[in-house]
Amino acid sequence: MKSDHHLILRVIAKCLLPLITIYAFYVQFHGEVSAGGAFQAGIVLAVTVILYALIFGLAEAMRAVPPWFARGLAALGVLVYGGVGVWAMVQGGQYLEYQALFNEPPGGHDGQHAGIILVELGVLFAVAGAMVSIFYALAGRVAEIRDEDW
Amino acid sequence: MILETVLVSAPDWAVRHAAVLIVVVPMLLAPLLALSPSNRLAWVLTIAGTAAAFWFSLILLAIIQEVPGSAISYALGNWPPPIGIEFRIDALNAMILVLITGMGMLASIFAWPTLAAEFRGERLNLFLCAFLLCFAGLAGVAATGDAFNLFVFLEVSSLATYVLVAMGAGKDRRALPAAFDYLIMGTLGASFYVIGVGLIYAATGTLNMADIAAQLPALSGNRSVQAGLAFIIVGLGLKAAMWPLHQWLPNAYAFAPGFVAMFLSATATKVALYALIRWLFTIFQPELAFEAALLKWVLAPLAMAAMLICSVQAIFQSDVRRMLAYSSVAQVGYILLGISVGTAAGVSAGLLHLFNHSLMKGALFMAVAGICLAYQARTIRDFAGLGRSAPFTMAAFGIAGLSLIGVPLTAGFISKMQLGYALLDQGWWWAVAVLVFASFLAVFYIGRILQAVFFEPPLNPRKNNKEAPLLLLIPLWILALANIFYGIDASFPAGLAADGAAAALALGAPQ
Repeated sequence: MKSDHHLILRVIAKCLLPLITIYAFYVQFHGEVSAGGAFQAGIVLAVTVILYALIFGLAEAMRAVPPWFARGLAALGVLVYGGVGVWAMVQGGQYLEYQALFNEPPGGHDGQHAGIILVELGVLFAVAGAMVSIFYALAGRVAEIRDEDW
Repeated sequence: MILETVLVSAPDWAVRHAAVLIVVVPMLLAPLLALSPSNRLAWVLTIAGTAAAFWFSLILLAIIQEVPGSAISYALGNWPPPIGIEFRIDALNAMILVLITGMGMLASIFAWPTLAAEFRGERLNLFLCAFLLCFAGLAGVAATGDAFNLFVFLEVSSLATYVLVAMGAGKDRRALPAAFDYLIMGTLGASFYVIGVGLIYAATGTLNMADIAAQLPALSGNRSVQAGLAFIIVGLGLKAAMWPLHQWLPNAYAFAPGFVAMFLSATATKVALYALIRWLFTIFQPELAFEAALLKWVLAPLAMAAMLICSVQAIFQSDVRRMLAYSSVAQVGYILLGISVGTAAGVSAGLLHLFNHSLMKGALFMAVAGICLAYQARTIRDFAGLGRSAPFTMAAFGIAGLSLIGVPLTAGFISKMQLGYALLDQGWWWAVAVLVFASFLAVFYIGRILQAVFFEPPLNPRKNNKEAPLLLLIPLWILALANIFYGIDASFPAGLAADGAAAALALGAPQ
């Protein structure tokens, strides 16, 4: 803590960060029954990292959530989403046919539940990871020509 | 023959799911590549992904050819078609899929030597990840039977393409403005497309292509539908580099990494042209009065303008890749001219030229990428005397160049002949005159470079003999020999094109 004229900002941000995270997961898991969903949840989750970087500095944020982790999260999200589709195929259904996930009889809905939750989880990962990666790429960009050289 | 063997040897799951796996396999390999620890592993996975897609495309083609005029419908998530998203493969997109995946496979083989030299081993896995996403997007555009889904895949491939083009900045900073131009123009094109789809959705209430086609005859006088088609043609025209919407193309091809230029020239505009054919002939019918006028009074003049103006522009380029890029716009003109005839023969000639142009431009850009790699050559002057120092590379270049001109016994000759016959059938003799004159212009721009390559002394006589790497020569010669083979026995591509045109115009297809 080199200076503390941002003390209020720091304290407030520390209080807000967990709330924002919880809100992200609320939007995520409430997504199937009301407005909102994984895309918004992913953005909100990424906002926690961005806010952290704004208040505590980019280096601190990159130490907490390393760039390789953000990139891996985005890739993992796509894999989870597509993986559900492939899982349905392996179980003998069409691509992304949730009903086939557990080979249920027509009345069962477990496949539909599990399918949509997993797919939304994939979207959450992909969106959050991509947002954080984009933020890092923009914020971490070093000017190729220094301002004085113009 | 070969196709039957492929079908018989394919396992059940591959036959059943080929329509969707052709997109899913490269699309799921892409994030794996992003996580891959080693560049070389990423490259091997890229080849595996594109080769698998090529295999699926052959399976699809074999299934289609078993029953003439048939179509494969694959319901995603098992939601029945007009409601859910449908992947629909008929003879038209089976041909396009074989073309894209085959060219993608050849491109990924020669990716390694060029990328390893151009990027010195940094983050190649991310580059290849973008390539596979582009590949999956293009395959998706060709496979889908849903108008909005087509937009999504078009964006998947375009976004990846902007990244790929911008990667040329390591060698030449002009790649960045080129990529930015492409980004702006490409996004405009995509927006126009989606506005058009929106207008048609407002009128028909459906996004499924077959369903739109079924509802349109009742709405033929509807302004919203006509405006929708106009928006879609401008949007796809931007993506296909239809003259005068081609301004993004020359720089994008000239400054992208060599491997990207080769892949894009062989596939990207072709897919947009496919989508154009799909909209003009399968979804809308050329019998509609406004569409007949559109074909004859808008597309045909633009196509001929492209053939003449861009061929002349190509003559005056000093950068070899810009010259080839302008020639690409001119060749898009030939294809569009075939389409604008509006008959089965015309569309078939356009499709055949699309196929052949992919073969020849792929070979030309691949040879140029090899020369860039071995000699750092960019301009025609740099190419002087290379026929002696790199005979194998330049011989293949020469063959593809002759095919581009349309010399007999090459693939280009066959498709230009067919195009000429299709035009004469309609009595468009003036278009035939333009066709012959534009081919004559091609003699100039290709002749200029062939003369430098084979008849001028090398710029630097002490330059040692150096060929392009073997991994590049193999796919290059596959393409060059294909140019000759399909110039002598054109039954395979001509059959594909004729079936494709029949499917596009829905002649004898169960609707």
